[in-house]
Amino acid sequence: MVEPNRFIEGFRQEAQELLVEIEAAVLDIEENPEEHEAVNRLFRAMHTIKGSGAMFGFDDIAKFAHHVETALDKVRGGLVPITRELIDLTLSSRDQIKIMLEASATGEAFDQEKNIEIINALKIIMGEGTELSSDDKSSHKQKKNLSFPEPEIDQQIPMTYRIRLKPSADIFKSGMDPALLIEDLKALGECKVIAQTELIPDLALYNPELCYLFWDITLTTAKDVNAIKDVFIFVEDDCDISIEIIEKHDLVESLTPLPRLGEILIERGDTTKEIVDKTLAKQKRIGEILIENGAVSPEKVKSALSEQEVLGKHKPSVLVSSVRVPSDRLDKLINLVGELVITQARLSQVSAKVNNIELSEPVEEVERLTGELRDNVLNIRMMPIGTTFSKFRRLVRDLSGELGKKIDLVTYGAETEMDKTVLERLDDPLVHLIRNCIDHGIQSPEERKRVGKSERGTITLSAHHRGTNVVIKISDDGSGLKSEVIRKKAEEKGLITSDQELSRKEMFALIFAPGFSTAESITNVSGRGVGMDVVKKTIESLRGSIEIDSITDQGTTITLILPLTLAIIHGLLVTIGNDFFVLPLMTVEECVEMKKSNSEKNRGRNILNVRGEIVPYIRLRDNFKINCNQRDLEHVVIADVNGRRIGFVVDNVIGGHQTVIKSLGPIFANVRDISGATILGDGTVALILDTNVLLEKAMERLP
Amino acid sequence: MSVDGITETNQYLTFKLDDEIYALGINHVREVLDFTKITRVPRMPDFMCGVLNLRGGVVPVVDLRIKFAMPVKEKTVDTCIIIIEITIGEEETLLGIMADSVQEVMSLEPDQIKPPPKIGTRLKTEFIKGMGKKNDEFIIILECDKVFSSEELVVVQDFESQPEA
Repeated sequence: MVEPNRFIEGFRQEAQELLVEIEAAVLDIEENPEEHEAVNRLFRAMHTIKGSGAMFGFDDIAKFAHHVETALDKVRGGLVPITRELIDLTLSSRDQIKIMLEASATGEAFDQEKNIEIINALKIIMGEGTELSSDDKSSHKQKKNLSFPEPEIDQQIPMTYRIRLKPSADIFKSGMDPALLIEDLKALGECKVIAQTELIPDLALYNPELCYLFWDITLTTAKDVNAIKDVFIFVEDDCDISIEIIEKHDLVESLTPLPRLGEILIERGDTTKEIVDKTLAKQKRIGEILIENGAVSPEKVKSALSEQEVLGKHKPSVLVSSVRVPSDRLDKLINLVGELVITQARLSQVSAKVNNIELSEPVEEVERLTGELRDNVLNIRMMPIGTTFSKFRRLVRDLSGELGKKIDLVTYGAETEMDKTVLERLDDPLVHLIRNCIDHGIQSPEERKRVGKSERGTITLSAHHRGTNVVIKISDDGSGLKSEVIRKKAEEKGLITSDQELSRKEMFALIFAPGFSTAESITNVSGRGVGMDVVKKTIESLRGSIEIDSITDQGTTITLILPLTLAIIHGLLVTIGNDFFVLPLMTVEECVEMKKSNSEKNRGRNILNVRGEIVPYIRLRDNFKINCNQRDLEHVVIADVNGRRIGFVVDNVIGGHQTVIKSLGPIFANVRDISGATILGDGTVALILDTNVLLEKAMERLP
Repeated sequence: MSVDGITETNQYLTFKLDDEIYALGINHVREVLDFTKITRVPRMPDFMCGVLNLRGGVVPVVDLRIKFAMPVKEKTVDTCIIIIEITIGEEETLLGIMADSVQEVMSLEPDQIKPPPKIGTRLKTEFIKGMGKKNDEFIIILECDKVFSSEELVVVQDFESQPEA
């Protein structure tokens, strides 16, 4: 037996995701009130929370969600306009559900009062909303400037739908009874149900645990198609469901003559002309019932059928199914693959030594498979950064409202993928940075007007890949950093002396010092000076770097450079003396040789001439103070480091290496130019170099 | 007089550096390895020998002789690496310590352990938990949390700001 706990945990996870979906949908609606699809998404998510909540015993959540859903249903029907108040209420109900969900996990009590408060507020809006919308829509629209457009489909006119419900044979095993679904449909409106029995086998073959029936249902209802879809919301995966609108009802038209039933059936694709006669008796009854009830106007059936044919040509999109896996299982898998990659490298090395063709062939195959396996496993962990970005829409909306500022959030590169662990730990620093933008960066609308900018400020959040790194930029078009103010504060705090000369970059870097804040007043949003140093620490713990640039009165740009993944990189194995080092292969452009005589010719200048191009180089031997004789012929690995071509001088280049990054541990936490270690085929530990830091350090040493 | 905090019989792993016998509380010790290849990490203080491969994991190794300001000695067949578990900051980690030879695991009663002398050892007093005695030989029981604390171990690359020679 399966523990019931797993289902509850599943519900929690599902609900969390739905809450994210709700938030996104609400914000979409706010931006673009005309977007019906977002309203539907919102409604469906809320409905699912209600449904699964009730199913798994979260009765309080289900009850609460039910009230919200009722309100949303009216919105969806266009009966209630979308207003700022409604958006706020929906968001706070979402937050409330989140609180309830968390409370249920920890067993803590939550604020029941708040539930009632929200529900009452919703009820007021609903009541007021109907009144307003029926009274005077246009004036209302002007007043709120956010109202929902007049619904295209008048919900009062009933529609007839053709529904075919074909459950999978083992539907009963999932505890679902199709009869209940049909009962639900009946509750929606006038409903005719015909059970199709053609799949029932002979008694000898009949398995009572299977479902052989499928149903054709004709439903006439004033509710729209979503209400019908919602009935099937939990069985979508187990059943073949087709819902088609036959036509909107016009009461006059039911007098027109019927088309021949056989035609309908043939057009439906239920049968062919040849067997129409045979099935006629059975099918005729449906037709008769339909006509008797006036549920379907034949004319409309015909047009709906031709429409169906057109629709039939568009095959439904392929379902992308997903599996929820706890991330620690994934971590275990990645560790195992890491070990496998190391072992495989060892195997290849042994095989090369043995030099046996019979052996080397399967070894090569293993190498290829391991590589593929590694790439695929790593891909599992990759997540688009967009999920993180979308969280900030809410942050920007709420905070800017609170501070009386008008701010748009623009995001680019939401599809940029990066490792889930990196992404998760990026949340807090990004929140800090965006809060800073909102609070310090963007000025108030009046202030912006005064300096000749548009009232609405913009925060741009972008992400893209660069080499093995992901670059995330947060920029605002606000007031920018004022170097004089920073300088003054830094002097006050004793971080610099008054006669100390600082470059622009150094000046801006001061704001990362602990306790540093240039805000004149402390708000509850930011300005306490905790934050930027924490941001910097977090980014550095992810082996990333942070840069800040700003132009007074034009805005500030903060650039985060982060590694794509923390697990595996492609490396280039090199040696210096007896030591092995790995350079990240993604940045390497080429390798050239350098004769001793050649380097002497440069008289101490570390510059190399590569096909007429000047390339500066760093002698890793000197850099690492490795004392052994310099060779006559050295190799220079030329890499692209942050858009610059830099050579790294080594003794020998061994070749590419699949590098599983092993942390050097807390003892070496301060060693920045070595980003980790890896284990070679023979068990030797090789150190992985961080080319960015190496370059940075080399530049710092320049006079 | 016994040492505060040592109230029950404990087991200790003893090892030798030169002629002195040192001991570590057995609960800190994970395993003992033969001397294997150690990869140097550039620009580290001398006592930090480098890192070794412990079944796929990377473990830093400290040469206690250098740490305790003893002359460097050639490696012998007896040279061992003791893998111990320590806490740096809030992170648990493994550390290898190089010893001339590993002796034995022994039990010491609380009354067999005397407080460290204030003078007369080459170690900082705070590194020593107590002095044990067995067969007329002194055993220096090391205070793991002090000898291998983050202040003592976490390496600051203060070399970096200096211009290259």
